[in-house]
Amino acid sequence: MPSRRMPVVDIALRDVPAVAATPPDRKRVLARLRLTNSSFRTLTLLASILVLVILGGVIIALIEGSLPALRQFGFGFLVSERWNPVTENFGALAPIYGTVVTSIIAMMIAVPFGLLIAVFLTELCPPWLRRPIGIAIELLAGIPSIIYGIWGLFVFAPFLQRTLQPALIDLFGPIPVLSTLFAGPPYGIGTLTAGLILAIMVLPFITSISRDVFEAVPPVLKEAAYGLGCTTWEVVRYVVIPFARVGVTGGVMLGLGRALGETMAVTFVIGNAHRISGSLLAPGTTISATIANEFTEALGDLYTSSLVALGLILFVITFFVLAIARYMLMRIERRIG
Amino acid sequence: MNVYKALIAAGALVAASVAPAAAADISGAGATFPYPIYAKWADTYKKETGIGLNYQSIGSGGGIKQILAKTVTFGASDAPLKPEELTKNGLVQFPMVMGGIVPVVNVDGIKPGELVIDGPTLGKIFLGEVKTWNDAAIQKLNPGLKLPSQAIAVVHRSDGSGTTFNFTDYLSKVSPEWKSKVGSATSVEWPAGIGAKGNEGVANNVAQTKGSIGYVEYAYAKQNKLPHTKMVNKDGKTVAPEMASFQAAAASADWNSVPGYGVIITDQPGAGTWPITTATWILMYKTPADVATSKAALEFFAWAYEKGDKMAEDLDYIPMPANVVKSVEATWTAEIKDPSGKPLFTAR
Repeated sequence: MPSRRMPVVDIALRDVPAVAATPPDRKRVLARLRLTNSSFRTLTLLASILVLVILGGVIIALIEGSLPALRQFGFGFLVSERWNPVTENFGALAPIYGTVVTSIIAMMIAVPFGLLIAVFLTELCPPWLRRPIGIAIELLAGIPSIIYGIWGLFVFAPFLQRTLQPALIDLFGPIPVLSTLFAGPPYGIGTLTAGLILAIMVLPFITSISRDVFEAVPPVLKEAAYGLGCTTWEVVRYVVIPFARVGVTGGVMLGLGRALGETMAVTFVIGNAHRISGSLLAPGTTISATIANEFTEALGDLYTSSLVALGLILFVITFFVLAIARYMLMRIERRIG
Repeated sequence: MNVYKALIAAGALVAASVAPAAAADISGAGATFPYPIYAKWADTYKKETGIGLNYQSIGSGGGIKQILAKTVTFGASDAPLKPEELTKNGLVQFPMVMGGIVPVVNVDGIKPGELVIDGPTLGKIFLGEVKTWNDAAIQKLNPGLKLPSQAIAVVHRSDGSGTTFNFTDYLSKVSPEWKSKVGSATSVEWPAGIGAKGNEGVANNVAQTKGSIGYVEYAYAKQNKLPHTKMVNKDGKTVAPEMASFQAAAASADWNSVPGYGVIITDQPGAGTWPITTATWILMYKTPADVATSKAALEFFAWAYEKGDKMAEDLDYIPMPANVVKSVEATWTAEIKDPSGKPLFTAR
């Protein structure tokens, strides 16, 4: 078609009467096109800058808000366990500890289970079962965290108090280190319960990302391995997992990001106690739970500032976790792409 | 908070704010504890006079911040401000209504009102020193009860609250060890136990956790049918939490002993006195910027003092004694004035 070779401006001029197609008009149309083009570019640029402005604003607000606390307590804020609103002596160690420990428990449970589900869905599942399980996993991800919290407090925690926790205490009681880790009394709620709830919450993230990267493994690799006489276990262990390793790690990091910042569900079941206990059954607290619990009634600048400083710490932790996750995912995309 | 009551209250506030306003609506913010009764009063007052009240129950700390920022006509707090803070900010403070705090327990075989606890033992439990239900300290107070060897799970508030302020104030008065180790404030460094958000959170955690003890506003214990305890009061008498014992505590208090009526009525003397009784306060400016709305607010409070007693008792609050009301109204006339120095309120 001849129009394909026509300059853009001539195409634009085609719709106006032929008599008008004089050189000045051509110039005007060109100018209009240029204007549209540049204003569109500016618009997209502004929209993108907005993200940076918001992020920068949050960082500045967090730093500014936490300055009084950081100035007062200095580095000691990070390593002190005290959290005493009466004497205004605050330290972030107990919430940091709780945040890290609950996330570790969640990951220790959710990562193996998530991988097992993903392997089953991609390699072993009969086709008719694949969709129901896949949808169920995605629904699990869609449940609001407050629902997990209520369910955790009313159903899960009393259940654990009656069953799992006494069993753990009896089982590990005679073993030296583990007896401290699982020392009673069984409250039902506590650090372990919060970790278990978090595991359920991050499971869908890890499962669905792992499933996607497993599906991205080129069939020819798997077929070649099967052709060599590999068992399903060997194909998964030596072909699928090595190929998808980086992508799975990215998914795990995204799940970890969620576990670190989760607030409502944890607040309901962790016990909200500013103490570091050797026992996983004892109540503890996390950064986000502390902020959610205490911000409304924080009297005095130092108290409020200490809570903002906790927010800053969480921001830094999650920023690094998510940065690593993005980097991992970027690498896998490059390899697949 | 009792869900049913909260829904009614929320509904009342929504209705009050949606209906066409005949006069400027009064705005207030603060304590969650008196929210149900303020909402009930506001609803009834709106029907009688057409003047609405918009009360946000954001917590005592928030209420103090809001009145200092002058975004509301009045602030409400469960913990009184100190006289010097009132003077510094030009605020007037007065008590509006009272309530009781009761220990609640979840122990197999213990029915409501069966268990007796005294202040020092309660302090030891919350310090984590008395660890099991059959501890000698508890058994001695309850010779007739068969107590289990179960571990005690202490449940306290995780958020700052006036309830905690009054509860810890009581423990500081009866236990020197509590006073030196923990002290009293709207939130404290708890030596033991589980934290839960709000009265409803404590009530739910106690209901869910076997062997637990917590403290809640009387209304929550009553409505959730939690087994409350009896207490040994300052006179050494065992009392049950009920309207009469709360009123006895209010009557025995010397309200004029502290400027701004900031009397904390825990551990009051008297044979029939419930030891952990509390008041909740209103904060207003001595020379408010919005004269008309502040005048309307004072008229609302006067109406609530005069006609709100029955409504308060229905919701398990304790109305202020008549002599205190008289004194508060005299304070309004003497201290709250428009820029020309004319009092905003004159008692009828």
